[in-house]
Amino acid sequence: MNNKPALNPITFEQSAGSYLADTQLRRNIGHATQTIRAKRATAVGELPDWEELREAGRLTKERVMNNLDEYLLQLEESVIKAGGHVHWAADGEDANRIITGLVKEKGVTEVVKVKSITTDEIKLNDALENEGIHALETDLAELIVQLAGDEPSHILVPAIHKNRSEIRDLFKEKLNIEHLSDKPADLAEAARLYLRKNFLKAKVGISGANFAVAETGTVVVVESEGNGRMCTTLPDTLITLMGIEKIIPKWQDFEVFMQLLPRSSTAERMNPYNNFWTGISDGDGPQEFHLVLLDNGRTKVLADETGRQTLFCIRCSACLNVCPVYERTGGHAYHSVYPGPIGAILTPQLRGFEDPSAASLPYASSLCGACYEVCPVKINIPEVLVHLRGKVVDYKNEKGGIRHKTDTIHIGMKFMARTFQSRNRYERLQRMGKIGQKLFVKDGAISRLPGELAKWTSIRDIKPIPKQTFREWWGDRQ
Amino acid sequence: MVGGSAMSGSKNIILERIRQALKKEDSGTTDDILTLPDIERSYEQQSNLSDEQKLHLFAERVNEYRAITEVIDEEEIGERIQSICSVSGIKSLAVPGGIEEKWVSALDSGVRLLRDEPEPLTKEELNNAAAVLTGAFLGVAQTGTIILNGGPGQGRRILTLLPDFHICVIRQEQITGILPEAIIQLDMAVKESGKPVTMISGPSATSDIELNRVEGVHGPRRLHVLVIKQKS
Ligand code: SF4
Repeated sequence: MNNKPALNPITFEQSAGSYLADTQLRRNIGHATQTIRAKRATAVGELPDWEELREAGRLTKERVMNNLDEYLLQLEESVIKAGGHVHWAADGEDANRIITGLVKEKGVTEVVKVKSITTDEIKLNDALENEGIHALETDLAELIVQLAGDEPSHILVPAIHKNRSEIRDLFKEKLNIEHLSDKPADLAEAARLYLRKNFLKAKVGISGANFAVAETGTVVVVESEGNGRMCTTLPDTLITLMGIEKIIPKWQDFEVFMQLLPRSSTAERMNPYNNFWTGISDGDGPQEFHLVLLDNGRTKVLADETGRQTLFCIRCSACLNVCPVYERTGGHAYHSVYPGPIGAILTPQLRGFEDPSAASLPYASSLCGACYEVCPVKINIPEVLVHLRGKVVDYKNEKGGIRHKTDTIHIGMKFMARTFQSRNRYERLQRMGKIGQKLFVKDGAISRLPGELAKWTSIRDIKPIPKQTFREWWGDRQ
Repeated sequence: MVGGSAMSGSKNIILERIRQALKKEDSGTTDDILTLPDIERSYEQQSNLSDEQKLHLFAERVNEYRAITEVIDEEEIGERIQSICSVSGIKSLAVPGGIEEKWVSALDSGVRLLRDEPEPLTKEELNNAAAVLTGAFLGVAQTGTIILNGGPGQGRRILTLLPDFHICVIRQEQITGILPEAIIQLDMAVKESGKPVTMISGPSATSDIELNRVEGVHGPRRLHVLVIKQKS
C-alpha cells in the first residue's frame, strides 16, 4: 500500500478561497479560536514563571534534538528493560506494516484508538482497513470526524468545524438513535454508551504519545475524556506510535512540560487525565506493549539548522488559535493533518517542495508573529516560514531557471529571511511597515497590495500591523 | 514477531540519518548524554505555601473542576463514606487491596463491598460497580490534581476507570504546593516500582462540542475527594 502523501495539486491559496466562502465553518472556527485564546491567556497569566518554563522547555527540546540518536538508544533500552518491545520505522509505510502485522498476529478485526495525529500522518487507519481491520476512533471529536468521513480540522478539537446540530444529525443517522437532543451532555452520553461496549471487548489498543522519557521508558498520553485511559488500560496489547522527536530526557522534565502543555492547549491548569506507563506492569493493564518509533521525514527537518526547531513542537495548538490566517480559513485549507502555523512549517519540511500543496504552505501566513509569542517551546515560526519561502524559491529556481532569480518574491524572501534572524531588524522593519502600509489600509484591513503581492491579498485580507506591537507595548510598560 | 531484520534495518537507517543531519562523526554511545550537565532551570521548583494554604488551594481548585472536596477529621472517615453512599444511592462499592479497613468500617448492609483482592474483580463486575473508593499517592494544590501510582489502597488502573463514581481519600500531608514538588516524588517512585501513574484533575470531560466542557465522556462522571486533616 502506498502511504506517501498524495501529490495534491490544490494549493493553500486555491482552497482557502472556497473555505472563506463557507460562513458556517468560519463562524464555528471563529467562536472556537476566540474562546480558547482568551482562556489560554488567563491560564498562562496565572504562572509567574511562565517565561522561565518556556525557556526550560526550549532548552530541553534543543538538547534532545542535538543528541537524538543517543536519546533514542537510551529510550529503546529503557522500554525493553521495562518489558516492552521497540520497533523502528523509517517511513509511514514501514510503520503501517509493523502495526498491521502486530494486530494481525493477535487475530482481531477491530482495534480501539485514541486520537493521534501521528497515526493520521501515516494514514494508519486506511492501512489497517486494507487488511480488514477496523480502527475505532474513540475521542468524541475523532468519532464525529470518522462517522462523517471527514478530515480533522484542528489539532486539539478536530471537529471544531461541526456545530452541535450537525453532530446530532450525524449521531442519529450513524449510531441509529431515534431521539437525541443537541445538548452537548446528551451527545456525549450517546457516544459514551456506544463506545463503552467496544472498549470492554477490545483486545488491542493503539495510541500516540505526547512524551516518552529516555531515562525510564515512561510513555505519556495527555487527554480529557478518559478514552485514553480506556485504550491504554483495558486491551491486552497496546501499540503506541510516536515520532522520534517526542523524547524528553528524564522524569524531571515533566516539571516543565506538564505545565506548558495543558495551559497552552486546553487552557486548563491541568487537563483531566494524564496517563503514564513504563513498559508493562504485572496485573495492571496491557501485558504486551509495543512502541513504534517513526522517522517519516523528521530527520530531514533535523538536518536543516533553521528548521530543526520545528521538531520542538509539543502539539499544543496555541499557535492555531492566535493565527489570523487559520481563523479565517479553517484547518482543511492546509491539506495536511498539521494545520495552522505549525502545519505551515512542518508539512513542507516533511513532504518536500515537490508537493505543490506543501510548497504553498509557507505563504499561508501574514508573518504577524503571534504564533511565536504564544509557543510554549519558543519555536520562531515566522523565522522558519521565511526561511522556507527562500527554499521554495530556490527549489523553483532549480526547476525553472534564471527568470525566477529576478522574481520579486525571490528577492523579497531573501531579504525577509535576513530580517527575521535579528530581532532588531525585525522591529525596524515592522516600524517601516506600519508607515508604508498606511497607503493600503482600508476599514482596518489591508485588502489590496500592489504588484506581486496582489495575488496574496486578492483572496484574503491581511491584518495590518497594529499601531503598537506587543513587544512595544511590553517595552513601554516596563 | 514482525520484521526481524527489516526492523534493525530501519533502526540503522534512522540512526544514520540522524548522525548525518547533526553532522556527527562517530556513531556515538549514550555516554555523551549521561555526562551532560543539567539544563538551567530557573522556574519555580518549590512553593512557599503553608500547609494550611495548600489545603485550601487544593480544595478550591479541585472544586473548580466540578468535583466535590470535603475536609474531614480522621475519626469521621467511615461515616462520611457511608453517608456519601447513601445520599448518592451507591449500592456497590469496589475497593483495591491495601485499603484502610477504617474507611469501609461503617458501611451498612445496603452497600455491597467488592474487593479486588485476593481475587481480582472482572471487567464486568467493575463496569457494574456503582462506585470505587481509593486512596492516592499525592495531591497538587496549584492544579487541583490527584495522583495515583498503584500503591497500597490505590489498586489497578481499571478500578478507577470503569465505575461511574470515584471517591478518593487523601491525607493533608500528601498535598504538595506546585507540580514540580510532586514530580520529584513520582520520579523516585517510578524508578523504584515502575508502576503506571495517573493524574486526575476533575471528572472526565470533553470540550469537543462547540467547546462546552461536558462532564463524563468515558471516565467516572463524578469525583468526590475527601481530605483527611493533619493532626495538629
Ligand atoms: S508550534 Fe508551538 S504553539 Fe504551535 S502547536 Fe507546536 S508547540 Fe504549540
